[in-house]
Amino acid sequence: MSWINLSALWKILVFGLVAGAGLPALFAGGLYALSLGPHRARAATAGADGGDDSDVLVGGSIAGIVIAALCFLIVLAAIGWSIYEIYQIGHPAPAKK
Amino acid sequence: MRSSAGGGSAVLWHGLTSKVVIPAVLSPVIAGLVAAIGTWSLYRITRSLTQAARGHGFRIGQIGSACLVSLAHGTNDAQKTMGVITLALIANGTLAKGSNAPIWVIVSCAIAISLGTYIGGWRVIRTLGKGLVEIAAPQGMAAESASAAVILLSSAFGYSLSTTHVATGSIIGTGLGKKGAEVRWNVAGRMATAWVFTLPCSGLVGAAAYALAHAVNGTLGVIVILIILAALAGLIFWRSRSNKVDHNNVNAEWTGTVTPAEPEPAAAAS
Repeated sequence: MSWINLSALWKILVFGLVAGAGLPALFAGGLYALSLGPHRARAATAGADGGDDSDVLVGGSIAGIVIAALCFLIVLAAIGWSIYEIYQIGHPAPAKK
Repeated sequence: MRSSAGGGSAVLWHGLTSKVVIPAVLSPVIAGLVAAIGTWSLYRITRSLTQAARGHGFRIGQIGSACLVSLAHGTNDAQKTMGVITLALIANGTLAKGSNAPIWVIVSCAIAISLGTYIGGWRVIRTLGKGLVEIAAPQGMAAESASAAVILLSSAFGYSLSTTHVATGSIIGTGLGKKGAEVRWNVAGRMATAWVFTLPCSGLVGAAAYALAHAVNGTLGVIVILIILAALAGLIFWRSRSNKVDHNNVNAEWTGTVTPAEPEPAAAAS
C-alpha cells in the first residue's frame, strides 16, 4: 500500500514543466520574434532617449513574422493535441467485439 | 472518494490520503515551481520589449491560458460535484451500478458552477491577483499555464485536487519568479488556514445534514435542509453586497483586506 505514487509525481513535474512553462516560453519567443524589425517598440533604458511606450507587437521583419507564426502554431498544435489526448482518456474507444 | 453514511469505519482513510490529501498538498508546490520557472523565462525572453508591448502580447496569450484553466477545472474539480450526485443516485438504487452521470446532473452542475463563477468571483480575483501577489499579464499567463498543465496531468492520473490550491501555488510561484515582486505571505497563510478548516468543516456540515435528514425523516428532511442551506447562502450573499467588490474596485490599492478601504472616494481620487 503506497501513499505516494512517485512515478506519477515525477511525470506530473516533468510534463508540467514542458507544457506549463515550456509552451508559454515558446509563446514569449514568438512575441520576441514578432517584435523584430524596423517598427520595433523599444524598451526605454534608464536615462537614455529613444525609448517609447508603444504597445506595437509587429516589428515588421519578414523572418521574424515567419518564426513567430511557427512558434504560435506549435503552441496551438500542442494544446490541440493535449486536449485530444485528454478526450481519449475520458472517452476510451469501445472495445472491439 | 469518501463514502456517505455508516460512521467513521466507512471512511477509506488510505484512499483519502493518497488520492486527495497528498495530491492536495503537493500539487500547489509543483504548480508554483512550474509558474516560477515560467515567469522567469517569460520576462527573460521578452526583456527587450516595452512594458506596454509585453502587456499587450501576454494579455492576448492569457485568453488562451485562461480557457485552458477552465477546461482543466472541468476535468477535475467539476467532476466531483457530478460524482457525488451520481454516487448518491447509485447508492439509492435510482441508477444502475456503473452507469454514467445522467445528462440532467451534468447540465445542472454546469449551470450552477457557471452562475457561481458569474456572481461571486470578484473577491477571489482580488485576493489572488492583488492581495497575494500584484500580478501583471506575463505572470498571469505563466500562472494560468502552470495551473492548467498541473491540473490536466493530475486529472489524467486520477488525482482529485483543487483548482484553487493549484492556482494559488502558481500565483505564489509567479511572485517568486519575478524580480522585485512581493509575495504577501500573511495572505497566503490566512488562505492555508482556511483550507485546513474547510475539509473537517464540510465533513461536519455533511454529517449534520445527514443527521437532520434522518431525524426529520425522508423528503421533508431534505426540504428542510435545502431551505436552511439556501437561507445561509442568501445571508452570505447579502453580507457580501454591503461592501461590494466588483470590476470597479477589484484592482484598488491593497490595504490588508479584500474589501477596499473606501470604495467610492478612493476610486474617484485615483
